[in-house]
Amino acid sequence: MTETAPSGSGTDVCLAGISKRYGTFTAVHPLDLTVPAGSFFALLGASGCGKTTTLRMIAGLEEPSTGSVVLGGQDVTALPPYKRPVNTVFQSYALFPHLDIFENVAFGLRRRGVKSVKRHVGEMLDLVQLGEMARRRPHELSGGQQQRVAVARALINHPRVLLLDEPLGALDLKLRRQMQLELKRIQTEVGITFVHVTHDQEEAMTMADTVAVMNAGRVEQLGAPADLYETPRTTFVANFLGTSNLITAEVLDAAGDTVVLRAAGTKLALPAGRCPAAARTGDKLLLGIRPEKITLTHADDADTVPAGRNSVRGRIATAGFIGVSTQYVVDSPVAAGTAGLSVYVQNIERDPRLVPGAEVLLHWNPGHGFGLDAAQRIEAGTDVDLGEGPS
Amino acid sequence: MAAAPGRSPRPLRWLRRNLVVLAGLATLAYLLLPNVVVTVFSFNKPNGRFNYKWQRFSTDAWTHPCDVDGLCGSLSLSLWIALWATLGATVLGTAAAFALARYRFRARSTVSSLVFLPMAMPEVVMAASLATLFLNTGVSFGFWTILVAHITFCLSFVVTAVKARVTSMDPRLEQAAQDLYATPLQTFLRVTLPIAAPGIAAGALLSFALSFDDFVITNFNAGSTVTFPMFVWGAAQRGTPVQINVIGTAMFVIAVLCVLAGQLAGSRRKRSRRS
Repeated sequence: MTETAPSGSGTDVCLAGISKRYGTFTAVHPLDLTVPAGSFFALLGASGCGKTTTLRMIAGLEEPSTGSVVLGGQDVTALPPYKRPVNTVFQSYALFPHLDIFENVAFGLRRRGVKSVKRHVGEMLDLVQLGEMARRRPHELSGGQQQRVAVARALINHPRVLLLDEPLGALDLKLRRQMQLELKRIQTEVGITFVHVTHDQEEAMTMADTVAVMNAGRVEQLGAPADLYETPRTTFVANFLGTSNLITAEVLDAAGDTVVLRAAGTKLALPAGRCPAAARTGDKLLLGIRPEKITLTHADDADTVPAGRNSVRGRIATAGFIGVSTQYVVDSPVAAGTAGLSVYVQNIERDPRLVPGAEVLLHWNPGHGFGLDAAQRIEAGTDVDLGEGPS
Repeated sequence: MAAAPGRSPRPLRWLRRNLVVLAGLATLAYLLLPNVVVTVFSFNKPNGRFNYKWQRFSTDAWTHPCDVDGLCGSLSLSLWIALWATLGATVLGTAAAFALARYRFRARSTVSSLVFLPMAMPEVVMAASLATLFLNTGVSFGFWTILVAHITFCLSFVVTAVKARVTSMDPRLEQAAQDLYATPLQTFLRVTLPIAAPGIAAGALLSFALSFDDFVITNFNAGSTVTFPMFVWGAAQRGTPVQINVIGTAMFVIAVLCVLAGQLAGSRRKRSRRS
């Protein structure tokens, strides 16, 4: 790579059967992945799931055990990192401590013998609003400023693909939100393909066009953030992305457009299109429903629940007021043996009767539920460290 | 303290408040007193051969430092040996430190502990074994045997200093360089080496000082060659020329000036970046 590609020329990334083994440990199982040109792609997963290894194989910092990496039609598997048209923003930034900010940003240009380094670096530093800091050393800058230098140092080379390895992990919450928007803006502006590795599900959903959820060296599910959230296909995705209530149910009738389920004597409906393909009468499956899709009605008002909604009895165990909403945990026969059902209620018109101990009805639109294969760990994805809870 | 009047007598309170400063000054005095004596006596004009008693002020020794037979020859020999030993030990030691810190190879831990042996071993033992080695291989004693001996014991200090630096270096810095189109050689020259430089410099300075100063090992392996420490030792048997004090004082002053210059340059660089 000695040419400067014009901006707006991100290329697609094709991973074909790529895998990584360290001795007997498989960090990444054979994986096929296509990242469309110019898109913002997130690899999401807990630590040790193989997401960073995948990123490093694209960068050339890790040699794949099998498979190939193709960037814009060119097989780069055998190329060393310094010959690949990609740049990386490292976790903790990896700024050169012995060089000032100007020389850090100029590093890539100088190695490629690009002319008019001074002008390019000046423009790039202005873009990230660090023009004043050009002669400072990295340790004299704040975390957010260092992060911007790291992005500038990578972007100045106009890579075809920008790789981001947990670039916001070291920042505090407020700054992280700000940088998320900033990165998204830059990506839209320069049109470069971004591949972003993160363990923060909210970050992945805010920024990315497409999210691949990784678990134990495999991609569990890939899709647009809203699709992943509304229609998770595994318990891991259901629990890792936000919170899910998973109810073990038996299939009573799988003949029609609507599958009829039974859990603890209660009949529940689920559109056939939202069931796992193989669901047959008599099978077990897991019915999932997001906490914010459930409406809580006091048992005295049971007759006000509209017909056609799934409805379950329960008793409020705890209520946590968090300002914008109230988070309830409700004990219910359908959730026997679990910690109870989570319900998030927006604080618009609060019913004063909804206190711990109150008998309630939980009801939701059947179309908001999703069916999952019952042959998986129901708590998969709940026991991983997310770094921070959902807000 | 001021908020609790009458708690303890005033001198005690003063002492407690300034104890750290006093301890610092006392330590400094303890360290500097010998140097002061050496400096003062470099301006002495002794009556006999021994420069132990103050007679009267004179700058004779300062104006004629090479008047003593063999002094300046031994001094320049010591400087040359220190220079070459530093160079050899720094190059070899840096390479060894990188190998030990970066690569996993057979006998790595053995090499790692063997390298430290010269530091731990009594000097006289190493001196004797080196002399035995040179005798048995039939090498004639002189400049080269001294140089080889000095490189041997300086090596472990360089390895220690550089290895500490290399081990604590973030491996992602080199990966970042490669990611930014630097070939392995450019990565080494532009990133690895500059970051390891303080460790290398520390090892080199230490080597220079140790080599210049060494007596025991040199004495065993010098043959008829005389280095500066050996000259001082020899002279002390017959009398101590004032010129030895002159050389000692000059070296002390040069070292202090070097440190001051370094600190001045450092603080100026910081100030210019702030403005």
